[in-house]
Amino acid sequence: MQISFTLNGRPTTVDVEPATLVTELLREQLNLTGTHIGCDTSQCGACVVHLNGLPVKSCTLLAPALDGATLLTIEGLQGAPGSNQMHPMQEAFREHHGLQCGFCTPGMLMTAVALATGKPDLTEAEVRHGLEGNICRCTGYQNIVVSVMAGAAAMNAAKGE
Amino acid sequence: MKPFAYHQPDQIPDAAKLLTSIEDSKLVAGGMTLIPTLKQRLASPVALVDLSKLGSLKGITDDGATITIGAMTPHAVVAASELVQTKIPGLAALASMIGDPAVRSRGTIGGSVANNDPAADYPAGVLGLGAIIVTSTREIAADKFFLGLFETALEPGEIITAIRFPVPLKAGYSKFKAPASRYALVGVFVAKFADGVRVAVTGAGPGVFRVPPMEVALSENFDPSAIAAIKIDNDGLTSDIHAEADYRAHLVTVMAKRAVDAALS
Repeated sequence: MQISFTLNGRPTTVDVEPATLVTELLREQLNLTGTHIGCDTSQCGACVVHLNGLPVKSCTLLAPALDGATLLTIEGLQGAPGSNQMHPMQEAFREHHGLQCGFCTPGMLMTAVALATGKPDLTEAEVRHGLEGNICRCTGYQNIVVSVMAGAAAMNAAKGE
Repeated sequence: MKPFAYHQPDQIPDAAKLLTSIEDSKLVAGGMTLIPTLKQRLASPVALVDLSKLGSLKGITDDGATITIGAMTPHAVVAASELVQTKIPGLAALASMIGDPAVRSRGTIGGSVANNDPAADYPAGVLGLGAIIVTSTREIAADKFFLGLFETALEPGEIITAIRFPVPLKAGYSKFKAPASRYALVGVFVAKFADGVRVAVTGAGPGVFRVPPMEVALSENFDPSAIAAIKIDNDGLTSDIHAEADYRAHLVTVMAKRAVDAALS
């Protein structure tokens, strides 16, 4: 079947078998390998993308669900358009060393951005609850939480300008 | 996954027709249970009928003494709804405890209720509040809907369109979650109405059930102390690698007390 959707701001039309997962479509057909497959059982969150602005696990999403939708993957996350800068949340992860091996990082970033959008006063408890569906097997949560709080502050400061 | 055909009807009768005319077809709502099941090949339907284009199944309406939640409304929307938070805060709290944020973006109330997983959260809220399950053909009282392990009163081709919840005086939910799956090891929903109290338990047994002795005690005195001494029989409760039946029976009383506390706060 043919599906059309907006992928990282660009109109995209692809032919897919209905039994195609969005992770497979992104990584194998569209060569966007930034979205990772960790557990493949919707536990770990390495595959989180934004579907119509909401965080979803792309390993548990069928490609036909994309038809007519807007999809944002880690490749589409960026700072000010045309600036060639990283997104404030990515900057915060770099600044605060919010990663060790980096495998979970794309999903952490996508969940963090969704969590922080429109929430200028995120508490540490909210961040920890919000990251419930993202697992870091390096267990480096401390710096991830620090990064998300800093990223949330930076995102909302940038919005307020 | 084995290959399947995919249908996205935009009218409820069309969806019902596809479901009955294609042998071994299945409905897909948010897919949070079905897609993992397909991936493990525990199910291999020949066709999926996707309900996402049925706009009339989404949204929450205030009917005064009741609120109606469309079957395709995701958990995140219920959790964040000011209407639900105001009228039945215990139900908004329940929705906010399901899975994780990404699961709550996709998973729907209708899917959860139709699937009737023995450890799912919504069946406790639906039975505890004595809600009405509205389908494509009729209305079913919660007390007659949940029949046991993954079994409901739904007929072949019947589609849940909405759940209608009576607004209680007070309601609360508390669960002890299995840390990996975030399903309820035991979850208890308590609701106080003018004519009595309802207590519904999920996770503990093969299906959601009520606890009449707790309902009687709480109707007389809506306070955690009223049920502190009530222990439920562990006969028929689930024993598995996560917890023995004895422990689940113990948790029912603990979670029920916390649910009453939550309702009072």
